[in-house]
Amino acid sequence: MSSVALDQIPRTADGVPLKVRLRQAERRRQLKAMGLVVPLYLVILLAFVVPIGVMLFNSVHDDTLLTLMPKTTAALQSWDGKDLPDEAVYAALVEDLKLGWKDKTAAEAGKRINYELPGARSAVLSSARHAAKLTQGPYKQAMIDIAPIWGQRDIWSILKRGGSAFTPYYLLRSLDFQYDVDGKIIASPPGNAIFRDIFSRTLIMSLGVTAMTLLLGYPVAYLLASLPLRISNLLMIMVLLPFWTSLLVRTTAWVVLLQQHGVINDLLMTLHIISQPADLIFNRVGTVVAMTHIQLPFTLLPIYSVMKTISPSHVRAARSLGAGPFYAFWRVYFPQTVPGIAAGCLLTFILCLGYYITPALVGGPTDQMVSYFVALYTNRELNWGMASALGAILLAATLILYYVYNKIIGVDRIKLG
Amino acid sequence: MKKCLLMAGVLTAAGMAVALTMPAPPVMAGDQLNITSWGGAYQVSQRKAYFEPYAKENSTKITEEEYNGEIAKIRAMVEAKSVTWDVVDVDSGRAIQGCAEGVLETIDWSKLGLDRSKFTGGDIYDCAVPTILYATVIAYDKDKLPNGPTTIADVFDLKKFPGKRGLQKDPFINLEWALIADGVPVKDVYKVLSTQAGVDRAFKKLDTIKKDVVWWEAGAQPPQMLADGNVVMTSAWNGRIYDANKNSGKHFEIMWDAQGLDWDLWAIPKGDPRMDDAYKFIAFASSPGPQADQTHWISYGPGNQDAIAKVDPAILPNLPTAPDHIHNALLTDPQFWGDKGDDLRQQFTAWLAK
Repeated sequence: MSSVALDQIPRTADGVPLKVRLRQAERRRQLKAMGLVVPLYLVILLAFVVPIGVMLFNSVHDDTLLTLMPKTTAALQSWDGKDLPDEAVYAALVEDLKLGWKDKTAAEAGKRINYELPGARSAVLSSARHAAKLTQGPYKQAMIDIAPIWGQRDIWSILKRGGSAFTPYYLLRSLDFQYDVDGKIIASPPGNAIFRDIFSRTLIMSLGVTAMTLLLGYPVAYLLASLPLRISNLLMIMVLLPFWTSLLVRTTAWVVLLQQHGVINDLLMTLHIISQPADLIFNRVGTVVAMTHIQLPFTLLPIYSVMKTISPSHVRAARSLGAGPFYAFWRVYFPQTVPGIAAGCLLTFILCLGYYITPALVGGPTDQMVSYFVALYTNRELNWGMASALGAILLAATLILYYVYNKIIGVDRIKLG
Repeated sequence: MKKCLLMAGVLTAAGMAVALTMPAPPVMAGDQLNITSWGGAYQVSQRKAYFEPYAKENSTKITEEEYNGEIAKIRAMVEAKSVTWDVVDVDSGRAIQGCAEGVLETIDWSKLGLDRSKFTGGDIYDCAVPTILYATVIAYDKDKLPNGPTTIADVFDLKKFPGKRGLQKDPFINLEWALIADGVPVKDVYKVLSTQAGVDRAFKKLDTIKKDVVWWEAGAQPPQMLADGNVVMTSAWNGRIYDANKNSGKHFEIMWDAQGLDWDLWAIPKGDPRMDDAYKFIAFASSPGPQADQTHWISYGPGNQDAIAKVDPAILPNLPTAPDHIHNALLTDPQFWGDKGDDLRQQFTAWLAK
C-alpha cells in the first residue's frame, strides 16, 4: 500500500516531485522580489537606522575624560567621594595634565568638565600649563595652590563619573536635570534650565501651526473639491506653486512682507490703521505665519483628495430628507473627511516638530525650536552629546505622540487619498 | 499596510530633510587653495587685494568659503582628519582658543619670511598672523536718526532712543558694552568680567534691552538692517558701514565710543594637506603692498605696520585706529576670550533662550 502511495506523488516530466519544483520556483520568485527591495532596505539602513543608531549611541556615550585623563579617572575609581582624593590621585592628575598640555588636549578635557562645572575650562587649562612645570611631589597641595578648583569635591566627582564611557548626563541635561556633587540627580539651576521650555515651545508651536493650517486649509480644500474641474485646476495650481517653491525663498519672502518697513506695515500705516509699525517679525507672530504658509499644502492636499472621493449625493440625500445645510455638512460630509484631516494634520505636525530654518530666519531667540539647538550644539559648540540627546528625546516624544494619536484617532482610519 | 505606508511617508520626508542638509563632498584638486573668511564686504576686499592677485601670480585657483566664526567646524575637520579649509580668517579670541585646543598650526615665522615684531599684536598669537585691526562699533542711519547716540549708555537707553537695536548674536563685545553702559570704566571691563558676579551684572544690563534687540550673525546683516529700517541702531564692524556708505550711497554714521578693537588673523587648520601653499598665501597677504591695497576696499587697519606708510592718506581717518576715534576705545582681550569664550557662549545661549 505504502509503495503505491509513494508512486502517486505528482512529478514533473524529468521525475522531480512537483512539490520540490514548485518550491524552487517560489524561492526564485522570492529572491527576485528581495532583489528589488534590497536597494530600499539599504537606503533605509544607511539613511535611517545607522544615523539614528549613532545618534542614540552618542546621546549616552562619552569617553572624553576616559581617553584624555585615563590615569586620573582610573585612580578615582576607589575614591569614596566624601573627602578630597589622596596624593596618588593628584599624582595621576599631574601626569594626565602634563600629557594634556603636551598634546594640547587639556582644553578639550577642560571643555568637557566645563559643561557640568562652569569656569572649569580655564582652570584646567591653566592647571595644565603649570603642571607641565612640576617635577616632583607632593602634588596635592601644589595643585590646590595652582587652582582652588582642585581643592573642592565638585570636579573630582565629575572626573569619577568620567571613568565610565556611558553617561546619562546629556539626556538628563536635555530634561533640565543634572548631578550634584554627591552624584545625586537634581533639577538644573534656573540659569541652565532651558530645555523643558524649548520642548514645550516646540510642541505648542507645532500644534498651533497644525491648527492654523487646518482652519485655513479645510475651506480651501472644500472649495477645490466642489468647484468645476476647470476652475479648481487653476486654483490648485495656486496652491501647488508655492508648494514647489524653495522653503528658503518663501521664508525670505515673509521677511520682506513682515519687516518693520515691509509691505504689510507700510500698507497698514498708509491706510492709517496703525500709527507705529507693528512688530510682525523676529517674534512668535512671524514664525507662526511663515510656518503656517509653508505647511498649508501638507494639510490641504490629503483633505482635498479625501473630499474628492466623497459622493455629492450623500449631502443631497441628507438635504432632501430634511437636514439643514449645516446639519447635513456636519453629520454627513464632515465625518467622511476625518481620515484626510487626520493624515494632513499628522504630516504637518510631525514636520513642524523638526522645523529649523524658518524660525531661525523669522523668529526671535525665544521662538527657536529643538532643531535650532541641535544645530547649535552640532555646528557651533561641537557638543555632539547634547545634540544627540536633544535629538533622541525629540524622536522619543514624536513616537509617543504618534502612539497616542494612533490610540485616539486610529492610524488605520488615516487616508492620504 | 496603511500604517506602514504612512510611517514610510513620514520617514521619507524626514530623510529628504536630512539628505538636503548633508554637505557635498569636498572637491580635491592640485593647484587649489581654499580660503574661508567672514563673507560680505570684508571678503570682497580680501578677494580684490589678496585672492585675485595671488591667484594670478601663482596660477592657483582659490576657492572661497564663508563662515561666522564657528571654530567647531575647524575642530570637526581636524578631528576627522579631512581638512578642506587651508587658510581661515579668525578673530583674536578664536585664534587663542584654537591654538590652545590644538586645532590650529603653530606659525613658523621663519617659514613666512616676515618680521613678527612688525605685526601689531603679533607676539600674542602663536598660531595666527594678524591681518587687520577692526572695530565693532554702533552705527545708525543719519537720514532717519539725525541726532544719534553718542555713548554706549545711549544704546541701553530705551527712553532716549526707542526702537529695535541690532546686536551680534555672541557675548563678545556685548558683555563689555553692557558693563560700560552700567558704569564700569573701559579700562576695568575685563577685571569685572572675569568674575561671575561681573558676568551676571552684564547679563542683567542686557536684560533691560533684551526684548528690543534684533540679533545678527553674519557681518553683512547690520548694514542691511539699517537700510531696511528694521533697527534704529546696530552694532556692526566698522568696515561694513564704511562699505555701505561708499558703495551703496548710504549715510550711516559710526558712533566712536567704546568701540571694541580686535584683530582678524590668518590661521591654518592643523594637518592641512596644502600647508606650503597656505604659508605662501599668508606671506603674500601679509606683505605691506597688498595690506595697504586692502584699505581701498574696506576701512580696516593693516596688521603689518609697514603697510601704514603706504595707505592712501585720504583713507587714514576712516581706520578704527585713527587718532580721532581712539580716545575711549575698548581694546578687547584675546586671552580673556580665548580662555573664557566657550564658557561665556554657553551662558549666553542659555540666557538668549529664556
